Amino acid sequence: MARKLLLEHINVPGINTLDVYRQKGGYRAVEKALKTLTPDEVVEEVKKSGLRGRGGAGFPTGMKWSFLAKPEGVARYLVCNADESEPGTFKDRYLMTHIPHALIEGMIVSSYALGAKTSYIYVRGEMMPQIRILEKAIAEAKNAGFLGKNILGSGYDLELYVQPGGGAYICGEETALLESLEGKRGNPRIKPPFPAIAGLYGCPTVVNNVESIAAVVPIINDGGDEYMKIGIGRSTGTKLISASGNLVRPGVYEIELGLPVEEFIYSDEYCGGIANGKRLKATVAGGSSVPVLPANLTLKLANGEPRLMSYESLSEGGFATGTMLGSGGFIAFDEDQCIVRNTWNFSRFYHHESCGQCSPCREGTGWMEKVLHRLEHGHGKMSDIDLLVDVSKKIEGNTICPLGDAAAWPVASAIRHFRDEFEWHVREPLKSLQTNYGLANYAEPIAKAEVKQEN
Amino acid sequence: MLKVEEQQPVEFSSALMAKCDEISSRYPEGKQKSALLPILHEVQAELGWLSATAMDKVAAYLKIEPIEVYEVASFYSMYFLEPKGKYVLEVCRTGPCCLVGAEKLMEHMEKSLGVKEGEVTADGLFSWRGVECLAACGYGPVLQIGPEYTFYENLDNQKLDTLIEELRKK
Repeated sequence: MARKLLLEHINVPGINTLDVYRQKGGYRAVEKALKTLTPDEVVEEVKKSGLRGRGGAGFPTGMKWSFLAKPEGVARYLVCNADESEPGTFKDRYLMTHIPHALIEGMIVSSYALGAKTSYIYVRGEMMPQIRILEKAIAEAKNAGFLGKNILGSGYDLELYVQPGGGAYICGEETALLESLEGKRGNPRIKPPFPAIAGLYGCPTVVNNVESIAAVVPIINDGGDEYMKIGIGRSTGTKLISASGNLVRPGVYEIELGLPVEEFIYSDEYCGGIANGKRLKATVAGGSSVPVLPANLTLKLANGEPRLMSYESLSEGGFATGTMLGSGGFIAFDEDQCIVRNTWNFSRFYHHESCGQCSPCREGTGWMEKVLHRLEHGHGKMSDIDLLVDVSKKIEGNTICPLGDAAAWPVASAIRHFRDEFEWHVREPLKSLQTNYGLANYAEPIAKAEVKQEN
Repeated sequence: MLKVEEQQPVEFSSALMAKCDEISSRYPEGKQKSALLPILHEVQAELGWLSATAMDKVAAYLKIEPIEVYEVASFYSMYFLEPKGKYVLEVCRTGPCCLVGAEKLMEHMEKSLGVKEGEVTADGLFSWRGVECLAACGYGPVLQIGPEYTFYENLDNQKLDTLIEELRKK
């Protein structure tokens, strides 16, 4: 069995309560940090651990913390990003539902490290049940003296609040989240200044994902060096992977980074293979924003070596033959799934969720949705395929926030790897309405995985 | 669509006002506008939707301009700017859920309730709509029902019909 740091006690009855959580060693990290470590020493441990942001970008958490400005007499804030909305990702919901105290404990230790006296957990509004769970857990922690004034006699004060969102994917972008937390529309801000300098209410702010903050607990308990020993290379520690789509056992799994993708999909410890005895056609490895890969490139690198679940291995080969770990939203498509339809579906999502600030994204996502709609519904033209690539290139890199890239990549990658399926939709419009293109050669050995040059 | 010209008087209960006070206390002095999103959820939970009058009341409470409330309420997908059924069934329509049958479930929903997406049933009990990813992709198809956003997972046509029957009897 792989080592588990976050979900070790997930099946213990009552682990959502403070008592059971403490029986299983909970809140040791708070005691250790507040009683024996200085805030800077906590930051140092997190830096040593090599922990990288678990929300999708993979930026080293310790480094992000060390950028926080500390002007005299100005409040600092820690805001937890629990606006989990990336299609394919549901790990934060799982963690908050079952082990809410892991997040609360991480928030206390992290807030102490950053010198924040008030911290917020911004939870997407649709997760009202999780908001209630967190509010209850915060009340329990406060009663036990882990929150409030003079925590454990250390002289450190912290208030922790849960903030509901209003239903907008864009608020997962950290500056949009801060705007939303200030009671405004979720329009991302122009950077710089980065939140570390001017964030919530113009004060220095760190925004971290739920899983990153929860990971601080084992890092403090066991030390950053111990954490760094798990994983592979610069992908240290464990990662929660949300597995969905046509799998025998979809769900949330904690893996040690570096696990072969093939083992993750097919072993009984994890997803147990493709549902209904079908074959794998494609995967989206890190949430809907990352490039889609055909089965052969999912399991193996272009040079034939096995692909691993790590930041580096998943992005090996760049966008020509690779993808990204992203938020760990692993979506599997079986042989009956239509790539054109799914790409249209994702484009509709990004069109719906674009905040409308930047023209390339506001207009481009709509165009892509419309063109993909007509391709999927039998009215496409051959020139539409290149038109899509063209539009996606005009969005990518031309927007304030990464939503533009996130909208462009799935379309560009689908055409890069599945162009024949798009062409088939144009050539055989009637057939494409009734049946699917199937597996074609996407699952053939690597030698046949040909990557066409893009203009 | 937001209709500011329609003025129906609304009352906020004392429980709602107390809740608004509690929410406002979570933010530093002078930053009470931060309470806007949570307060709108509370108002919608009590009234079922956000009329212009209700939003004006929220604006007055937070000492901000009405437009600051309208622009927020119309930006976020969870706020209803027109009356809905007592139960709003929101089905996830994004990629992973579609891989496991969300589209068929929505077709069935339309037949079972006899109304199109966004419409209200004649008895005023139900509305339904497709919504974007609800972050429950491993348990799809899923739907949620506000104001507490109770979650129903791994749905099929039969489970959906049972759920509708149960809600009808409530």
